[in-house]
Order: sequence, then structure tokens, then C-alpha cells
Amino acid sequence: MSDYAPLSFKVPEPEVRPGDEPDFSHFEVPRAGSVRRPDIETNARDMKDLATTIIRVMNRDGDAVGPWAMKLEDSILHHGLRSMLRTRAFDERMMKLQRQGKTSFYMKCTGEEAIAVGQQMALSKGDMNFPTYRQQGLLLCQDYPLVDMICQILSNSRDPLHGRQLPIMYSSKDYGFFTISGNLGTQYIHAVGWAMASAIKGDTKIASAWIGDGSTAETDFHSALVNASVYKPPVVLNIVNNQWAISSFQGIAGGDSATFAERAHGFGIPSLRADGNDFLAVYAVSKWAIERARRNLGPTLIEWVTYRVAPHSTSDDPSQYRPREESAAWPLGDPVLRLKNHLIGRGLWSEERHVQAEAEFDEEIRSATREAETYGVMGEGSSARDIFEEVYKEMPPHLVAQRQKIGV
Amino acid sequence: MPIEILMPALSPTMEEGILAKWLKNEGDSVEAGDIIAEIETDKATMEVEAVDEGIIGQILVADGTEGVKVNSVIAILLQEGETKADIVSAAPVGQTAEPEVAPVIETEAEAVVTSIIVPAAPATQIIEDSEIPHGTEMRKTTVREALRDAMSEEMRADSDVFVMGEEVAEYQGAYKITQGMLEEFGSKRVIDTPITEHGFTGLAVGAALDGLRPIVEFMTWNFAMQAIDQIINSAAKTLYMSGGQLGCPIVFRGANGAAARVGAQHSQCFAAWYSQVPGLKVVMPWTAADAKGLLKSAIRDQNPIVFLENEILYGQSFDVPVLDDFTVPIGKAKIVRPGVDVTIVSFGIGMTYAMPAAEELAKMGIDAEVIDLRTIRPMDMPTVIKSVMKTGRCVAIEEGWPQSGVTAEIGYRIMEEAFDYLDAPVIRVTGKDVPMPYAANLEKLALPNVADVISAVKAVTYTS
Repeated sequence: MSDYAPLSFKVPEPEVRPGDEPDFSHFEVPRAGSVRRPDIETNARDMKDLATTIIRVMNRDGDAVGPWAMKLEDSILHHGLRSMLRTRAFDERMMKLQRQGKTSFYMKCTGEEAIAVGQQMALSKGDMNFPTYRQQGLLLCQDYPLVDMICQILSNSRDPLHGRQLPIMYSSKDYGFFTISGNLGTQYIHAVGWAMASAIKGDTKIASAWIGDGSTAETDFHSALVNASVYKPPVVLNIVNNQWAISSFQGIAGGDSATFAERAHGFGIPSLRADGNDFLAVYAVSKWAIERARRNLGPTLIEWVTYRVAPHSTSDDPSQYRPREESAAWPLGDPVLRLKNHLIGRGLWSEERHVQAEAEFDEEIRSATREAETYGVMGEGSSARDIFEEVYKEMPPHLVAQRQKIGV
Repeated sequence: MPIEILMPALSPTMEEGILAKWLKNEGDSVEAGDIIAEIETDKATMEVEAVDEGIIGQILVADGTEGVKVNSVIAILLQEGETKADIVSAAPVGQTAEPEVAPVIETEAEAVVTSIIVPAAPATQIIEDSEIPHGTEMRKTTVREALRDAMSEEMRADSDVFVMGEEVAEYQGAYKITQGMLEEFGSKRVIDTPITEHGFTGLAVGAALDGLRPIVEFMTWNFAMQAIDQIINSAAKTLYMSGGQLGCPIVFRGANGAAARVGAQHSQCFAAWYSQVPGLKVVMPWTAADAKGLLKSAIRDQNPIVFLENEILYGQSFDVPVLDDFTVPIGKAKIVRPGVDVTIVSFGIGMTYAMPAAEELAKMGIDAEVIDLRTIRPMDMPTVIKSVMKTGRCVAIEEGWPQSGVTAEIGYRIMEEAFDYLDAPVIRVTGKDVPMPYAANLEKLALPNVADVISAVKAVTYTS
């Protein structure tokens, strides 16, 4: 008889479920300023410790401390906070449009605003993002036309994508924003390919790849890492670990066995794990990785540790799978509130200015929404012309005939 | 003017829901963003937020009301200075406030294209089925429940059967197909996977090669494209390549084809793709009874099965026989409506165009025979050929693209086997040769419709 016990396998389970008290006691938060900042030329094997910690800059009092604290101009801090507030106001208004039946779908990035805003501000014009669906901050911190953005969501006659794409799946080459794909992960390897092309052309532009914790399970993620490891192109590989992929907690993607940042180690890619709710950390860590890429030192992987406060989408109800109070218990706090406190502490901001800014963005977005709605809302905007136009430079005869037949 | 609060839709395919609970009473003031009620659907529970500020003037739909139509008025919100007396002028209670917006008709030519008869839930009496004993009790069941019942029955009967996929366990399935199964079978047989279709498909093939019988749920078949290497080059061919040693009894299932407003990457039919591959069987049911009976047969089959469902059909109800073990054979078409003037062949969602068209045609004196293929591979051509030999005319319908489509195969096979019986060329009604647009009006133009079927039948019967 065999002396082996029957084999078994494990299905990971989150610590708590609805009805339980939120519990982040297992979640270690290193002290702000306690993590070292290596030189950008450091070899991957000499900085492995940075993939298992969390780089943080702002302490509890809102002060910027430690080696990652940069001397930033006031205008950068103001623009960062204002862009995060703008992103939050945008999400709130668009969510309401969906509830009013003016669009079919929306996805908020509440609690994750610092990541897209902070990195975009660290990038340069011409650099190319390959985002997922929760990086609207990349556009909202730039001067991308707000009305166009809303027209895309409403799929109306001014929709820059002509009624072809799902709401929020923006696309803007000029603003360094690759067309969002509904099929997860595909963009990650595109960023690596784009970065190689930039190098082949002798350009100085870099690429920034985005993926969620859940989608790191996709083969595209692993293909991106192996190619980035082999060819060392100028790319920043971002993983936004917001703890949840719809109802699947990060352990289902293997996050309990190793950090997502540690995925890079097997590929010899330098890797950093940072506080995604700390704008100053996001900006500083992004700058480090962007500078490495631009100095031809190759790719960097960054895991941004954050929490998805919002439902996955307007079709999701998170109270079915996680405690309602969990986001309030999240140990890394609210990124907007943290940067606000930092600015107030530096004498650059006040409660009054904060309230004013919230009102300003609410009005800006209300007004843009009113204008966008004059071009139509869901189901009344597009013309059958849009099926034919902007596909062929010269329309083939069979399509000309079809178009004439339906008289558009 | 008082503001109407409408029953919200959680998704474009939601048609109705339960108004579970009001959190505000008449007379309460609300701010924009306040949670005023909770609604439930088969997919999720959701909080309804006030979109404007005001006072709840009147609640029109009580707590616990089921079947509340999307966009019907559920309450009236009074603005500053208004009283309940102002409500009289609001829309009549229960009337849908926002009827579906018809496409703007700019020219007569476009009017022909856009005069769409929206396919209703099947009101058609389906002829009695020889597979079901006479007098068997029938129960109204949604396709969604029928699929779940099929899996659960097979999992009770055979401990080697298990289901895996994204969101199948804790979330009860992205489309709630696996509802209640985690509770009954536990997390070792209803398994949430990482988001890696290529990965978990390969995993399931490995498990099947070791003798288990996996059911792999793809959230939709669009996401299975990265797994197509595992499905075709591993699942479909290993039994053949190993000289019969290593079989792969496995069911790949999930939502296929266009849903509503999900755009180019999420609206495509894979029936033609998979039906080309030797080693695979491809099943695409329309009714709940066929969904149940065919899925049970698929789970028991020794071969890999591609089982193509449809999100639009998930919520539709049909009679399902109350039998201990009801199965439907794979590879057998069904004459759903006998007739003599023309043969209409379709499958899956295509049947929702075929059946209303046949009813309309009957009123015009054209007696159509409608065949539901049910299985795409192996295709039951003898049933189709026999029918065409009788009627001499055929219209074939599919939602997928025309080039190299399933209907192209049907048309050619009829030419091979029944050319001399044809009184008119076979006509196809298919989706348009274009990536699916998102915009609702363009989406409608890209899909087949009942009017297209009627005009195709008129063409093959030379009726004006």
C-alpha cells in the first residue's frame, strides 16, 4: 500500500466575504520614506528587495519624506491634485448618465486616480500609452477635449470614433492613448512592440504598458515580459493591482504566492512596487522608470498597489462578493485626500480652494455634458454613413453600390 | 415639471427586473446621488441613485414588484415649488417613457432597410417533438436555467464532471449560468480561474486527457480566440494523433454572437470558424429544451464539443419536458414548423428571425417549413435535403458574416445533392460584412432581421 496521502489542490479564497468585518491585518504597509532609491543603472538582480516592499513618500502627516521625495514645482502639485479631482468629478457625472439611460456602460476609477494622472504627468509629449479601461486620468490630466470624450461615451453624431466603439474605449493617437481593447491584455505586448519600433526608428519616445492584476494571468502579459527581457526596449510595464478583477480577488491571479512585481525577476527585469494611492510616489517612481527607458537602459516593471473602490463597471454589484465597508478600511487611504493634505501642509492649498475646485470641475463637466448631449445620446447619434466612411481611402465599387442603394 | 424616475437598465440586454426595496418614502427630500431604491435582476442587485435633487412626490411601483420593465416610470420627483397636484400632467403610470428610438429615416431607400420587425420572444407553437414521450409535463424554463440544470444533473450523476472558467463560482457566472452550483458542488468542482483563456483551456485539455470531463465556460466566445490553438490543435486532434489512446471528452461553452451594444470585439459568431474543424462537434441551440438536452449529450460525448450559446436567448423562456433524464441527440436537426412552399433553415438566434417570418408569411399564404439545425457539425443535411426536395426552395439564415459562412455550406450542399429539385437559387440572410458597430442604430443595420427573411422568401417563391 502506498504511504502517500491522496493528492489535493488549492482554490484561493479572500480573507473576508460580505457580512464579515474588513480585514487588512495581513497587509504590511512599510513606513513612508523607508525604502531605498537605487541608481537608474542598477542591475535587476541588485534591486530584488524593491519588488516585495511598497515605495511610499507621503507619511501620515502628509509630509514628503525619504529618498523618493522629489523637489517638485508647485504647478506640478496643483495640476496633479486638480486633475485627480477632475477625474473623480468626470466619473460621478458619467455614472449618472448611464443611470439615466443616455449611455449603456461606464467604468469608474475611483481610488485609483493618482496612478494614471501621476504617470502621464511624468511622461513627455509623443510617448505612447497602451491603457486598460481604468486609465481615463491619462486623458483627463491633459487638454484632451472634454466634449469629445463625452460624445464618445454617448455614441452620438460628434463621437470621434463614429459609433464603432463601446463607451469609454477612447482612442487618441495625438494624446498618446492607444485604442482600448475589450479583450484583456492584448495591449501589453503591443507596447513592447511599439517601443522596439521607436528604437528601430532612432526616436526618443517611449511606451507605457498598462494591465490589471487579474489580467496578468493572460498569456499576453508573459509574452510581453519575455520579449521585454530579450530585447530590452524602452518601455514601462505598469501593473495596477487594485485587488479585484470583477469578483475575483488578486489571489486568483496568483497574488498570494508572490507579488505581481516579483513576476519580473524570472525575466531579469528591474521591478518596483509602489503605493498607487500616493501621488508623490507615483510621480517619482514613474520618473525613475521613464528615465531608465529614455536612457536606453531598458524596461522596468512597476506594481501599483491600490484598491478598486468603484464597482468593476455599471453592470457589477460588489456587495455580492466583498464587504461594503472594505474600501473605507483600505490601509493606503484616499489618493485625493492624501495629496490635498500634503498641499495644505505646504501652504499651497486650503479647504476653501478644495471646495471651489470641486465645484469648478462639477460645473465644467456638467456644461460639457450639456453640450455633448446636443449632439445626441445613445441610439440617436450615428448615421449609416459611418459604416462606410473612413474605412477605405478609395471605396471599392461594391461598397459604393451598397451605399447608393441605402441612400446615405 | 415633475421628473420621472425610470427603472434603470444594468446592461443593454436587461428588459425587466424586480424592484426589491424603496429606501425613501413619498415626501422625502433627495439629493442627486442619494440611494433611493434597490433593484434586482438575474444578473445582479443594484442600488438606484437619484439623478436630480427634489422630493419624492409619488412612488408608482411598490416594494417587491417583479417584472418591472426597463424605462417604465417607477416614481415621480418633485422640483422646488411643485406639489403632488403637478403630477397629473406627468406621463401615464406604467407607460414606457422612452420607447426605443427608431433610426432616423432620411430617404426612401433607407426606409426599406430600416423597417425592421423586432423579433419577439417566440409565441410560435413548436410542433410536438418525437424525442419527448406523448403527454410529458412541460415546465416554462429560461435558456439560462436549462443550461444550469443540464450541468447540475450531469455533475450529480458523474463525479468526473466539473465546470471551470472566469467568475463561474463566487459570482455565479458572468451571465449567471452557474447560479447555485458553487453552493451545491463546492469550489473543487465549480472552479474560478485566473483570467487566462489560453491557460485554463489547456488545463482542461490536460484534465480531460487524464479521464475527467471538464466543462469550460468562456465568459464569451470572443475571449476564447486566444485559446483556439488549444481547442483546435490539442483538443480536436489528440485522439486522432495518439492513435485512439488519449481522448478529450470536454465541453467548451459560453455566449456566442452579437449581444447588444458591445461593439466589434464582442459581437461575432464563431459557428462557421469551428464547424470547419475535423475532430470537433459544434452545437448551437435555440430553445431551452434543446439547450438542456444537447448540453447533457455534449457532457456525455467522448469528443470535444464547441457549445455556442447566446446572451439574448439566456433570458427567454420555453417549455422544457419534466423528465428524469432528457437528452437531445447531437447531429440531428429538427423540423420546427412543417410547410410545403419553402424551406427556411437556421440555427441558434437565427431562429428568432425565421419563426416570426414564417408566421407573417403564413398570413400572406406562403406555407414555410422551418428547420432548426441545432448542431452545425455534424450537419444534418439529410433532413434539409429531404425538405428542399419537397418545397423546391430554400432560404438559409445566420447572424454571422456571409463569406464562408454556415449558410454558404448549406447552399452548396443543396446544390450538390438537390440541384435538380430547386425551383429558385438558395438565398442567404446573414449579418453584414462589417465589424459590428457599437451605436444602436448602426448595430441594427448590421444584423439580419425578419423583414430580410420575408423578402428573401418572396424572392425564392417569386411572390411580389
